[in-house]
Amino acid sequence: MKIAVCIKRVPEMDVAFKIAPSGTAIDETGLKWDISDFDGYAVEAALQMTEKSGAGEVHVICLGPDVVQETLRKALSMGCARAVQLKVDKVPFDPFAIATALAAELKDGGYDLVMFGKMSIDSASGAVGLMVADILGVPMVQGCSKLEIADGKGTARREIEGGGEIVSFPLPAAVSIDEGIARPRYPSLKGIMSAKKKPLETKPAQLGEIRLTVEKMELPAGRAAGRIVGEGSAAVPELVRLLKTEAKVL
Amino acid sequence: MPHVLVFAETRGGELRKVAFEAVTAARQLATQIGGDVHAVVAGAPGVGGNATALAEHGADVVYVCEHGALANYNAEACAALVAERAGAGDYRAVVFAASAQGKDLAPRTAARMRTTIATDVTSFRVDGDALVVTHPGYTGKVVQTLRLSGSPALFSVRPGAVAAEKVQGAGRVEQVPPPVDPSASRVVVTSVALGDTKKLDLGEAPVIVSGGRGLRSAENFKLVEDLAAAFGNAAVGATRAVTDEGWRPHTDQIGQTGRLVSPDLYVAVGISGAIQHLAGMRTSRWIVAINKDKEAPIFKIADFGIVGDVFEVVPALTEAVKAAKQGG
Repeated sequence: MKIAVCIKRVPEMDVAFKIAPSGTAIDETGLKWDISDFDGYAVEAALQMTEKSGAGEVHVICLGPDVVQETLRKALSMGCARAVQLKVDKVPFDPFAIATALAAELKDGGYDLVMFGKMSIDSASGAVGLMVADILGVPMVQGCSKLEIADGKGTARREIEGGGEIVSFPLPAAVSIDEGIARPRYPSLKGIMSAKKKPLETKPAQLGEIRLTVEKMELPAGRAAGRIVGEGSAAVPELVRLLKTEAKVL
Repeated sequence: MPHVLVFAETRGGELRKVAFEAVTAARQLATQIGGDVHAVVAGAPGVGGNATALAEHGADVVYVCEHGALANYNAEACAALVAERAGAGDYRAVVFAASAQGKDLAPRTAARMRTTIATDVTSFRVDGDALVVTHPGYTGKVVQTLRLSGSPALFSVRPGAVAAEKVQGAGRVEQVPPPVDPSASRVVVTSVALGDTKKLDLGEAPVIVSGGRGLRSAENFKLVEDLAAAFGNAAVGATRAVTDEGWRPHTDQIGQTGRLVSPDLYVAVGISGAIQHLAGMRTSRWIVAINKDKEAPIFKIADFGIVGDVFEVVPALTEAVKAAKQGG
């Protein structure tokens, strides 16, 4: 089975972000970058599928400036066979513009399955995968928390409010991956060494028209400093009084 | 005159709360531009019975598409339907809910129409030729203001961001045939596995009681469940540490990589308050924290904190909440 996984390079989120002087981006000074969380699950799930079947290979695609080559190398060191950078100076916000570029790269690739994370963790649109699938004309299941592929068919579970939907679809297809499917592996030393010799191509990205742009980025209004009501169960009556009179939730 | 089109989500033939929120969002936008609200509802035969409720929330026209193969959510058929409706009229915007279904349907529909979309928006307004929306990103740590050009502009509204309002619309009902055969869809929902159907979803519950590692075992989650039951309108959540331990299912996880919630009241039980977790619940209206470590970061953002042993405090709180609910 030939699988393509589309990944994004994002900053690690366990920091307090600052806004850049432009007011339309975050300040990237000192940030560490990695594969977006859900995209990492997709890479891992793809590798497990090819390893289990003993056949096929995983290609990895990332749109962005040259720094994304580092992110692509990481995916190669995890076990992907080939990487493609779709080069742009700056990743646009518009999901359809991005989807257009990814679809142009994927359309003649002969992939049985195209995989995405359910959303990138920075811009958090969750639209690109669905849009790529529509442009390619293949069936798409969004947000799979379980995925089985056999005999040219797929079965997936999507989480919905209060439960899950079991979905079936024919290949070739596209899927996006939710949490819970697979924890991404750490690259082994052997993986890191072999990744250096694996093919990484760079091509210009054929972006679609940009209709959605960032006008402003700002930090959310902070919460007022916390307040300790008291200690132990003796503080419960006062808490209940506050929930009634101040919060009015009781 | 341009109008606003809105997809009204159903499950099992019933309108969901997010459907009324989306229709209300469409109504607000239509009022700004002086147009009407046209709602689309799709489902098995009989789903058109929901038209009255949609009219009561401001729908002037309700397009009803009924077909046996629309009983479960049919992604491809619904995308084709909304795209066809959007092309059949003069629309300034097409509105969806950013629910599990809407997160799937809205980008699909946009791609069908060869246009883009702003997803999961928390506010929206018309600004000249553009629509300006806000959308939280970076796990809720950054508010992104986006400018969406082109008409119709497609966007999905975060559940809870708009409160459903009753405003009487004209409610003219029109049956429309599915533009593509719904039984020919390639992606088929073969079954829907709902947990306890009486259980409130984390995205919809007014109160969330959430447990962390401080509970020490899966069995001790009974404390959390009992407190949730005392509130009566509460859902149970958990931290990533807890779902990783397998004490609760992954779907209960609140945080950066799990559910992002903003209930009226969030009760954090035995949760220290890792950044990862705070990212998922910091927009809750009121936050209560119960933890034995008075230095725990959760107390920095909690409106009301109790320092103490959860095994002592939580049962006492459960009894007090029960009494308050009974005594008024």
